[in-house]
Amino acid sequence: MQYRSQAVAKPYFIGAIALFIGQVVFGLVMGLQYVVGDFLFPAIPFNVARMVHTNLLIVWLLMGFMGSAYYLIPEEAETELHSPKLAIAMFWVFLAAGALTVLGYLLVPYATLAKDTGNAVLQTMGREFLEQPWPTKLGIVVVALAFLYNVTMTVLKGRKTSVSLVLLLGLWGLALFFLFSFYDPNNLVLDKYYWWWVVHLWVEGVWELILGALLAFVLIKVTGVDREVIEKWLYLIIAMTLITGIIGTGHHYYWIGTPKYWQWWGGVFSALEPLPFFMMTLFAFSMVGRRRREHPNKVATLWALGTGVMSFLGAGVWGFMHTLAPVNYYTHGTQITASHGHLSFYGAYVMVVLTMISYAMPVLRGRPANSRAAQAWETWAFWLMTVSMMLIALFLTAAGILQVWLQRLTDTPLPFMAVQDKIAFFYWLREAAGMGFLLGLLVYVASFFVKGEREALA
Amino acid sequence: MSHSFTKSTARNIFFGGALFAFLLFLALTFDTTRALPKRDHRENLTAAVVRGKYVWETHDCIGCHTLLGEGAYFAPELGNVYKRRGPAFIKAWIEAQPTGAPGRRQMPQFHLTPQQLDDLVAFLKWTSEIDTNNWPPNIEG
Ligand code: HEC
Ligand code: HEM
Ligand code: HEM
Ligand SMILES: [Fe+2]
Repeated sequence: MQYRSQAVAKPYFIGAIALFIGQVVFGLVMGLQYVVGDFLFPAIPFNVARMVHTNLLIVWLLMGFMGSAYYLIPEEAETELHSPKLAIAMFWVFLAAGALTVLGYLLVPYATLAKDTGNAVLQTMGREFLEQPWPTKLGIVVVALAFLYNVTMTVLKGRKTSVSLVLLLGLWGLALFFLFSFYDPNNLVLDKYYWWWVVHLWVEGVWELILGALLAFVLIKVTGVDREVIEKWLYLIIAMTLITGIIGTGHHYYWIGTPKYWQWWGGVFSALEPLPFFMMTLFAFSMVGRRRREHPNKVATLWALGTGVMSFLGAGVWGFMHTLAPVNYYTHGTQITASHGHLSFYGAYVMVVLTMISYAMPVLRGRPANSRAAQAWETWAFWLMTVSMMLIALFLTAAGILQVWLQRLTDTPLPFMAVQDKIAFFYWLREAAGMGFLLGLLVYVASFFVKGEREALA
Repeated sequence: MSHSFTKSTARNIFFGGALFAFLLFLALTFDTTRALPKRDHRENLTAAVVRGKYVWETHDCIGCHTLLGEGAYFAPELGNVYKRRGPAFIKAWIEAQPTGAPGRRQMPQFHLTPQQLDDLVAFLKWTSEIDTNNWPPNIEG
């Protein structure tokens, strides 16, 4: 590693992977509850498992982003991190806040948790993804600000590259839009309107800047292509992202009480949102094609290419599928949404964090790349997880199409629960694919412990 | 990409484009804010409706149900449940949970007071009257 302080990334990466395992276990619990409705009831009701599943996802991705930034920023700025101590302290604060919150979900009824954490004073809880008590939300803001201070100071005193500028813009945007999670008006329509300023403007806005910057960094490292070329691509990609994605928020304003013109604004702009993802795919492949060196870390390159392909599939293709209002009228809030949510989160954000970990972790452990045996294990993990997630998405898509057909696109609509019974077969398949995913994740963890010949070090 | 197209051109497209999109989005938000009162009927946002939303949120109903199509996909849509089932059924249903039917998806017992039940119903009634451009397609949600 070039700068000693980059080492603070390591606990962040390890913490992220640990929480990832927890997330997937709770996913499997829910997957079973979909077909065996009383599984673990009333100990862990579905909504509790869901909060744990989605909140762990967000927390570990944020940890992954922070770890990635702590690794990337000193190297780009060509200077030591402003304060490694602060970075380590914030890791423990973040982990503790996350763990306490998850324990709160699991051990106390939600209404009690709300009461005990002062939700009556500042009402923010009980909205999807934003279920955390406000002290946790505040903790997230504090950690984010300390983190941003740390990396921004580092960039200010060092070399300023486009990669670190874009990363910083994304991270500051992430913190800024999170502030809307404190706004929970009594009017449900306004509540929903601004809720999307956190959720949509994150995943289809500022997070894509982070995604682009991390991908650009790894591509510079593993391909040796001229930085100017890569940074030009990066700017073009994120320009398309924000030009399409900001007004694309309108694809969530079709049916929540907002004016009808959003069906046009949201439809047209969000239909263009796949473009930046497609550019990302082209970008990854063309840079690898033009590579000027053979980096020994083959599997990091595989993850980078995988991110390009899978983010385009999950966000671009699966997003486009239901983004036009006449289609969304029928698919809104069905398993189609769940299918897209899984494939896009995995293809874009899970994979880019795993790309960074794959590239940086060997360096943090004192070698340019892992042994061939360890890389072979990680390659297996890549395929197991990626294929399983593709299958999860396909089974949920099948379930979603049938759901739409039986419940909505018909003159004789069946009740929700009757439809769920009829499509249970696909939920079983999803659960099986989910087991495959967990297996892949375990292989991934195991790959860190595979020693093997050190021939790949050359 | 050709040589005349430089990184700084790309950077300018980014900053200019992002700023333009954001300003346009703010303008649309401004217009939406003005149009909303007619569509959300906020004149009917009584104290009971407001308390009902609080009951809704502090019991995480959204963790199993969708409301106007957003939330979780485990249990029926509730944006129009007031129209589908009516107030008496909703209260009786919530009081009767869980069904305990073997293998069937379960909804917890929340021990709500009569007042909380009334507030919740007021909230669901208000929600069912929002102008949603005719969504959901039919009464089953
Ligand atoms: C742990 C998951 C879960 C939570 C949390 C939950 N529900 Fe339910 N709810 C269900 C399930 C499952 C059904 C359908 C059960 C059946 O048909 O047997 C249901 C059905 C209903 C119905 C009847 C819908 C219809 O069309 O017949 C109403 C009304 C309802 N829930 C209201 C609520 C309210 C209000 C809350 C929050 C205070 C809530 N639920 C929280 C799981 C949940
Ligand atoms: C990596 C980027 C993306 C991620 C992580 C992502 C994730 C998600 C998630 C989790 C939801 C469900 C939200 C909820 O719970 O209500 C959702 C909804 C949606 N997404 Fe995406 N998305 C991405 C990109 C896109 C793109 C590019 C498009 C369009 C081309 C798109 C179109 C939609 C639409 C239309 C919905 C609403 C579904 C409904 O009506 O129920 N998404 N997305
Ligand atoms: C591998 C096994 C997994 C299973 C069985 C599983 C299952 C589930 C289930 C049942 C839900 C709730 C759907 C509902 O509301 O009814 C859910 C939600 C969600 N899961 Fe997973 N999950 C798994 C892995 C993952 C992974 C790896 C990710 C990240 C990429 C992920 C991201 C999400 C997201 C974003 C949501 C919210 C979706 C939405 O609101 O549309 N899950 N998952
Ligand atoms: Fe969106």
